[in-house]
Amino acid sequence: MKLTVWTYEGPPHVGAMRVATAMKGLHYVLHAPQGDTYADLLFTMIERRNHRPPVSYTTFQARDLGADTATLFKKSCQDAVDRFQPEAIIVGASCTAELIQDDPAGLSETMGLTIPVIPLELPSYSRKENFGADETFYQIVKALAKPKDRTARVTCNILGPTALGFRARDDVEELTGLLSDLGVQVNVTAPLGATPSDIARLPAAHFNVLLSPETGEAAARWLEKTYGQPFTKIVPIGVGATRDFIAEVSDIIGKPVLIDESRLRLPWWSRSVDSTYLTGKRVFIFGDGTHVAAHARIARDEMGFEVVGLGCYNREMARPVRALAKSYGLEALITDDYLEVEAAIEALSPEMILGTQMERHIGKRLGIPCAVISAPVHVQDFPARYSPQVGFEGANVIFDTLIHPLVMGLEEHLLTMFRDDFEFHDDAGPSHHGGKATAKVEPVAEEVHAPQDDNIIWLADAEKELKKIPFFVRGKARRNTETYATQKGLHQISLDTLYEAKAHYAR
Amino acid sequence: MNALTPSNGGCRTAPVLKERGQREVFCGLTGIIWLHRKMQDAFFLVVGSRTCAHLLQSAAGVMIFAEPRFGTAILEETDLAGMKDAQVEIDREVARLLERRPDIRQLFLVGSCPSEVIKIDLAKAAERLSQIHAPHVRVLNYSGSGIETTFTEGEDACLACMVPVLKSTAARELLVVGALPDVVEDQMLSLLADMGIGPVRLLPARRIDDTTAVGPNTVFALVQPFLGETHAALERRGARYLPAPFPFGDEGTTAWLRAIATEFGVSEETFDAVTAAPRARARKAIAQAAEVLRGKSVFFFPDSQLEIPLARFLTRECGMTAIEVGSPYIHDTLHGPDLDLLPAGPQISEGQDVDKQLDRARAARPDLTICGLGLANPLEAEGLSTKWAIELVFTPVHFYEQAGDLAGLFSRPLRRKAVLHLEAAE
Repeated sequence: MKLTVWTYEGPPHVGAMRVATAMKGLHYVLHAPQGDTYADLLFTMIERRNHRPPVSYTTFQARDLGADTATLFKKSCQDAVDRFQPEAIIVGASCTAELIQDDPAGLSETMGLTIPVIPLELPSYSRKENFGADETFYQIVKALAKPKDRTARVTCNILGPTALGFRARDDVEELTGLLSDLGVQVNVTAPLGATPSDIARLPAAHFNVLLSPETGEAAARWLEKTYGQPFTKIVPIGVGATRDFIAEVSDIIGKPVLIDESRLRLPWWSRSVDSTYLTGKRVFIFGDGTHVAAHARIARDEMGFEVVGLGCYNREMARPVRALAKSYGLEALITDDYLEVEAAIEALSPEMILGTQMERHIGKRLGIPCAVISAPVHVQDFPARYSPQVGFEGANVIFDTLIHPLVMGLEEHLLTMFRDDFEFHDDAGPSHHGGKATAKVEPVAEEVHAPQDDNIIWLADAEKELKKIPFFVRGKARRNTETYATQKGLHQISLDTLYEAKAHYAR
Repeated sequence: MNALTPSNGGCRTAPVLKERGQREVFCGLTGIIWLHRKMQDAFFLVVGSRTCAHLLQSAAGVMIFAEPRFGTAILEETDLAGMKDAQVEIDREVARLLERRPDIRQLFLVGSCPSEVIKIDLAKAAERLSQIHAPHVRVLNYSGSGIETTFTEGEDACLACMVPVLKSTAARELLVVGALPDVVEDQMLSLLADMGIGPVRLLPARRIDDTTAVGPNTVFALVQPFLGETHAALERRGARYLPAPFPFGDEGTTAWLRAIATEFGVSEETFDAVTAAPRARARKAIAQAAEVLRGKSVFFFPDSQLEIPLARFLTRECGMTAIEVGSPYIHDTLHGPDLDLLPAGPQISEGQDVDKQLDRARAARPDLTICGLGLANPLEAEGLSTKWAIELVFTPVHFYEQAGDLAGLFSRPLRRKAVLHLEAAE
């Protein structure tokens, strides 16, 4: 048993639902008790979908357990086929049904249905949502893909985007446009928007673009092995990654490509003098492996931030994320326990977090700005406007996303200059966020402040001076000073120690 | 009550359409979302799966990051394979939890679908843990599993498990049962105090040290219509139930208070003096929202068991017509007084086969559909106006001062539809 308060991922059958809901003409018959229908609201409320997810729940109750839950399953299966007339169904069990071992696969086989029935084995007690989506998509592709001649023109499939994906809707559109600029047409995008008959013609494409490794890699590997379709390894999020992706596609199709970069604004926005204040901002990055890897590169190479910590919650990506962290001189944090993430952030006291909705809450608690870059998603992550992450427009969107939570350049200087101003002070927060300006509360003077470290004491004048440092760098100043004091073997931090440390760390 | 009986008769004896099939409802674990806020020294530890944890965080809609007083001990493969002793595991997790949260005075071990199916004995665990952590912490257990409970039945199961450990009393006291927002509870207590009724005991109390007790001279009133098991448990302790319509709207609140006033011999003058002003305010507030609702039809999908009392409120006080009133379960002793008042006409249904019920709703095209979060946007996309039912459980809606807010919850979707002009101007 493991005590959990908040989770980054749902159970694997929710992953299967993300695939089923993304597709058309497919129905999911889920052996599950009453209550598991809560998952519908993820799609109808968070993603604002205007249709119920195509899922039939058998809804067994305690009194059914002694009787015949298998018949209940078969009836739900038949009802779903009759009512919704899908081209194919997927069948499986949620965590409770896994325990009663009714074998949905075997039961559905005996029913003599005329449409393809794809059984899913999703171990609820060892795996999670991303695995569920990846495995479900793989099983669907394996069951439905049929040998096809390659299309006359160069085409590819886009693999991986699902319902409830982070900006999947806009990423597909942006990527389709980018590929079109490269002279490559999209044969099928799947699972998002695909029907079972679309899945059948996946092998007609010349290659696959793996947009979301978390949810599409198993299918991409199988298609490579079975139909000889190579797949792209670079996810085009960020300027550098997009250029590398274009080169990768050019290699695959075996001819040079010319790309119009006139819409790409990030490089100039980043070079323009207003962005100087971004230099060396200490950021902590956490999310799914794919988005973390992309944002580590963006943060360091395209924004000029300093990456002080990174990690991911999906264990499937642990290996590449560990290697990535190492190349940044860091140790990756691989965990799905948000308390561990919170502790890591607190210890590093970064100036900004690039994270998920969980880190946004952690940031709120710790007073650190956070930009959301990855699932798990919230209703806010489904904006009405076009806001892709991939390609050149994606890079533009990300630039805006990353600077929005920060205090702007000149404002930062003004805060430093007039830090004792009664209304223009730390607690007021960045002015462009429109929060109500709060009057400054005069601190009550105390003789000696509680030690922050085991054997280091801040003297009152130093503590007072520390409070004059703007909130977004105060954590760094405090930590640097304490580290400096420890190195010098000092047990008390005076005003002089504070400024000696400042000079020591000056860049 | 005869004066209030509808001229065409009520719904108490109307035929009930009983259905079973796919149910678009939450399980009883969801009650933890409001119970952990109500009981300020309680922690709810679900013994369950990742699905349970995911449900709790999704049903809460927004995460309550102020260190919530609930969590899930997620079963892993080693637990299922019997490689680890569940009881030892629970002891360890509870010890760790209580060490971190010394403010916790009562701990609820909450059973889930998986823990019920693999038969983890949480009663045994609660008994043992109570001994280990007494007197500082009391440990109780109940099941919020989907195979046994529907949405609000989780609160019922929780309160029912507290009844056997309530202190005994011989005092003639009023016990009010059901979790209410504190502000509403205070209004209720003040109305009762003004009538000279007191002390009033509450279940659940805000903290464990409170003096809720029960005995043969206790009379109890319910403020929520989903407390059937708690009702039975209190009767087993000798307490007597005061049947009444539930305190929604002017009429419901007045009838509910009158049942108590009559029991405690409050004079008609006193009753009128105490209730006249808030009644007038409630009527005025309802009238404003009712302008939008009058003459409109309403269709209830089953969700919280609040459906019958709310249909009574909407038809009698807001001038709506009910087409179908669906409830997960109908309990005659509890829902009878409201069914008596609900004018005959609507189809009363119990249980659910969601696809069939959706067919009926589409055919009837009600002006307003009350349904769960999973159905609301899809029905809106089909052109039906909806009110998501969970808001009725999460919003203060009881008693006089909230009667206008209650009506407003139903009128807002219709008002919104009227104010949006998204088509071209021509």
